[in-house]
Amino acid sequence: MKRKIENLLLEFARIHRFMMRFLREVVSPPYEFKEIIRQCYEIGWKSFPLISLTGFIVGFVFTKQSRPSLEEFGATSWLPKLISIAIVRALAPLVTALIGSGKVGSQIGAELSSMNVTEQIDAMEVSGTNPTKFLVSTRILATTTMIPVLCFYVAGIGLLGGYLSIAGKDDLSFLAFFTQVFEAIAAKDIFAMVLRAVVFGFTIGFTSSYIGYYSSKGTEGVGKAANAAVVASMFLVFIEELLIVQILSLVG
Amino acid sequence: MEKSKANINYDDVVIHVDKVSKSFGDLHVLRDVDLKLYNRENLVVLGRSGTGKSVLIKLISGLLNPDRGDITVLGEVVNRLTDKELRALRQRIGFSFQNSALYDSMTVRENLEFPLVRNKRNLSRAEIDREVEEVLEGVGLSRAINQMPSELSGGQRKRIGIARTLILRPDIMLYDEPTAGLDPITCLDINSLINEVQERYNTSSIIITHDLACAKMIGDRMVMLLDGKFERQGSFAEIFDTDDERVRPFYDYNFIV
Repeated sequence: MKRKIENLLLEFARIHRFMMRFLREVVSPPYEFKEIIRQCYEIGWKSFPLISLTGFIVGFVFTKQSRPSLEEFGATSWLPKLISIAIVRALAPLVTALIGSGKVGSQIGAELSSMNVTEQIDAMEVSGTNPTKFLVSTRILATTTMIPVLCFYVAGIGLLGGYLSIAGKDDLSFLAFFTQVFEAIAAKDIFAMVLRAVVFGFTIGFTSSYIGYYSSKGTEGVGKAANAAVVASMFLVFIEELLIVQILSLVG
Repeated sequence: MEKSKANINYDDVVIHVDKVSKSFGDLHVLRDVDLKLYNRENLVVLGRSGTGKSVLIKLISGLLNPDRGDITVLGEVVNRLTDKELRALRQRIGFSFQNSALYDSMTVRENLEFPLVRNKRNLSRAEIDREVEEVLEGVGLSRAINQMPSELSGGQRKRIGIARTLILRPDIMLYDEPTAGLDPITCLDINSLINEVQERYNTSSIIITHDLACAKMIGDRMVMLLDGKFERQGSFAEIFDTDDERVRPFYDYNFIV
């Protein structure tokens, strides 16, 4: 028991050191612009096909499932407002973060872990390159910027899915749908969405980088790191969602 | 045939390991070890697997910190340097990893450019290309420049790994098991390359191995790590002129069995 508590405290100390190293490296020159752009491409652009499909399906299915409840009250005309608030406030950031945890988190966890196992990180270190700056900071910055971008995209494509679901049954023009959507969304909803996406993006990048960087040796370590990166990122995303909802509802 | 030691400068100590100890939990890997590497010397560190040979060169390159003692490399105490100072010193130390540690997402050219571009940011494209071509030619692999590491054989990967360290023109080379997993002919090629590197780039080297043919061909001096200490030092003949049952099996396995 004592050993377990000791190990837990040591783990927290290591996480703290990793965070401090990231913060120090991210602000100090030279800046790794080229590598950040490459990571944004890997993390952001290459996630577009998966995120497009997921976002569209979520919007379409959510709208379809919401219709019967509103029909009972004869309020199907409220569907655009309902789905816009649901997608912007909750679904878009959450869906983006969960897909991001699965695709990007596992990719970062496995990549860094594999580099660790094959001593590529040590090779970088001994050749005078700072691996925290080059490998870790760039990935965390890329997820922190690309998850919000993807989140806006998911919101858009989710609303499109919602519109197509409504248009299949009702006579509603594209313009009328989006007019109602923008009437329903307030600036604070957009702010809440961006806040969530930034927090989730940072969490995915930091968690998966940390797990990959400190993975155990051997090929088994790579599999475990990829798995742990996804599980830990998703778990933290849900905890953060809970906290953010509470804080935003207190703030109003 | 053993090597000539004519070029070694015994007045110039480039690495001094001074009473260094290192443990991992309850496992005491190195116990108060002392070691000196002289300018232009090839020092071979022999020992069984898992006795801490690789730990020694990781301590020298600052990848690990000693529990006790000091390690001085080119006049600087490695374990007391700041990150920035250590990074500057590492440009003068080449480290050839056991499994080459090539960046597998990069081509051979990009692997070689990587340390150069990151440490000498004012070089022009033409200068970078010239440096890359020169070291590749030095290891006899000019044709592999656009290949991926996964397309290379074990021996070629070792050569590229060595070329990548040479591109920064280091004063010291650290080789971790340079011939491990290679066939005898490729081992001879790698051994010749290590000797060529010493002559061409005037390097001082520590070579970790348990391949005695390699040790005999490239070592100016040998030390054997036994139970966490360098108990035997000297030439190849001096090391194995013993009935110590911890030492004899090395010789018997390599040259008699």
